[in-house]
Amino acid sequence: MAEPQITEADLRARVRELLDEAHPDRVDQFTFRGKQYDLGLAWVHFPEGFGGLGLSPAMQAIIADEIARNAKTVYDDMAINPIGIGMGAPTVLTHGTEWMKTTLLRRIFTGEDTWCQLFSEPGAGSDVAGLATRAVREGDYFTINGQKVWTSLAHVSRWGMLLARSDPDAPKHLGMSYFLLDMHSPGVEVRPLHQITGEAEFNEVFLTDVKIPADRIMGKQGEGWKVAITTLMNERTAIGGAAARRGGGSIGILLELWKERQPGRFAADCEIVMRDRIARLYIESELLRLTNQRGRAARKAGNPGPEGSVAKLAMAEMNKRIWECAMDVLGADSMVYEAGYARRRPSLQSRTTHLAMAKYQFLRARANSIEGGTSEVMRNILGERVLGLPGEPRGDKDVPWKSIPRSA
Amino acid sequence: MDFSFTQEHEELRQTVRRFLEKESTEQIVRKLMETESGYDRKTWQRMASELSLVGLAVPEQFGGAGYGPVELAIVFEEMGRVLFCGPYLSTAVLATGALMHAAEAEPRAKLLGEIAAGTAIATLALAEASGRWDLESIAMRARRDGARWRLEGVKDYVLDWNLAGIVLVAARADDGLALFLVEGGAAGFERKPLPALDLTRKLARLSFANTPAERISGAGDCAPALERVIGQAIAMLAAEQAGGAQRCLEMSVEYAKTRLQFGRPIGSFQAIKHKCADLLVETEFARSAAYNAAFCAAGGDDAELAQAAHIAKSYCSEAYFHAAADNIQIHGGMGFTWEHPAHLYFKRARASSVMFGDPVAHRLKLAAALGA
Repeated sequence: MAEPQITEADLRARVRELLDEAHPDRVDQFTFRGKQYDLGLAWVHFPEGFGGLGLSPAMQAIIADEIARNAKTVYDDMAINPIGIGMGAPTVLTHGTEWMKTTLLRRIFTGEDTWCQLFSEPGAGSDVAGLATRAVREGDYFTINGQKVWTSLAHVSRWGMLLARSDPDAPKHLGMSYFLLDMHSPGVEVRPLHQITGEAEFNEVFLTDVKIPADRIMGKQGEGWKVAITTLMNERTAIGGAAARRGGGSIGILLELWKERQPGRFAADCEIVMRDRIARLYIESELLRLTNQRGRAARKAGNPGPEGSVAKLAMAEMNKRIWECAMDVLGADSMVYEAGYARRRPSLQSRTTHLAMAKYQFLRARANSIEGGTSEVMRNILGERVLGLPGEPRGDKDVPWKSIPRSA
Repeated sequence: MDFSFTQEHEELRQTVRRFLEKESTEQIVRKLMETESGYDRKTWQRMASELSLVGLAVPEQFGGAGYGPVELAIVFEEMGRVLFCGPYLSTAVLATGALMHAAEAEPRAKLLGEIAAGTAIATLALAEASGRWDLESIAMRARRDGARWRLEGVKDYVLDWNLAGIVLVAARADDGLALFLVEGGAAGFERKPLPALDLTRKLARLSFANTPAERISGAGDCAPALERVIGQAIAMLAAEQAGGAQRCLEMSVEYAKTRLQFGRPIGSFQAIKHKCADLLVETEFARSAAYNAAFCAAGGDDAELAQAAHIAKSYCSEAYFHAAADNIQIHGGMGFTWEHPAHLYFKRARASSVMFGDPVAHRLKLAAALGA
């Protein structure tokens, strides 16, 4: 790759140009972010014309910094459209049609279209390539039948990234196709799925005779797994690789909780043990942040590789321990759950205090090491794809998918 | 913090790696660790003259190469991979650092010149019987005696005692901590070797009984300068630990790919594969911690360096020990033999984890720095 022609100073000047034309404190989200996209400042490592300038992804931090210096309104990609921005956009850029790239990328970034991901099924979790949702070609359409599960944001999504089986006679990895599903299509039914917090952050999605035009396929028919890998690698980087500031995020809340503890809550000797635990977690948070930074500096452009699994695995395991420690800081009060288990969609407003956040996150964090690939799958990926260790003997590789035993 | 290594850094790494692959093979390490001096004089001299490694961080005006902690860290990471035997940590980091940051101009120029030329090996005696590297725990007294000073007390766990022509000692004078130079044959100065757990690093107890010494730090307390030296030494030791952990992981993975049990490579079992994956995460984190500390050492902000050093010493110590211990486990019975190098790394990892302060001590200091 040629050395980037654009320096940090150029990039900062370009951000100020954006702010002159559309300042986020004065215009609405869609206008501001639309302009940001048009100037190539949405995803700086994307090509020109598609929201980027073809630079190193590490330079995105400069843009964020310049916006934060000059505006009170700062948008968070993870709040606006986490799946569309984290996974949809890189998948469309790598495998999408011209229509998808020109029509959808900008709307993903502005947040006009929310996206969701339709991969997991009741019978296909870690073994997502074993999925059973069927896609049958009929003329210019595919007809889809099946059930998806753990679908975040399906209830508000306009587009879904759907992985379905188009050839049950082929070996499992070769018989899938990847579709862009209009979530408003007839036959798409979204039902809330209540998790251990009582809330329904996720959904079950039932697909009954859903028609998808044949030109909404990404990649070729039967090559859906390859496209799915792009999505999954970006998912891991999006989950594990978020650019936190030093002492921010979960560890920041733990530190605050500790500093706010009631006097006399801990005996002097217990305080020392807790201080050691907190310092250990702080160290891990800081090293995750620094390791991600090192990764971004090394990766000039393109999609992330299996090393994203380092961050995903580390983040998931660390985050669980941070919130466990937070509950220990709360002590006996951790037996009380003020928020209650009302069955509802999640609401950020209900978790404004550190205390409420800690109790909720303690429960929510259990999913960190399951969603986006379990920690066990991450360790397999690191062992096999990064370290080159041999795979386990398998009974499902070179046989037709339909003859592999499956759970119901 | 920008972590980027330049092309020049990569070339330095390759040069050092090629050199050590020849001059610090397992056979050479095993031979040297059985000797009293624990180093090879010819190799050391080539490191000084041909490669300018001994004076790597010595300013050019004193005959050194004029580089800094980032370049040194690269050398240490490579040395850690092969358990290099020689007085590098003592001479090129501890003594060089003490001279640069705490010594007055005249002794600094003279002694750094000797170090860079490879003519003198040097060490810094800090810790005492308490085995703590906090400067507050230094109890040894220095008493003024005309133009000279006299030292009284014992220094423990001193590196490369047997080779050092330049022995620097931190002791308490009436105006705070000060740095002293002791001649090899000075009256009342005794060196007693300590039988080391880690045979690849030589340790000794130095005792001083009314021993004459030259004060080389200026008037006033030199504790802040010595604090910086310890921070830099931790950064370098952390790089060495990261290199050692990486090598242990590589050994484990190589073995797990080729060792067959139950008709298949043991690395295909998740029990082994997942151990290796966890070591990979820890090794990557250890590297981040070590590089961060080295870049902070180069950056010149003492508070930043202190925090980075607490993080690096705590994390790299445990990561290296874990990698060295799991390396033995993954090698099974073979890993427990004297013939296999796994125990050499295990012992180096254990000893390094307490040198310059153990992980718990550093975590509690970090907690204090964070106000926790």
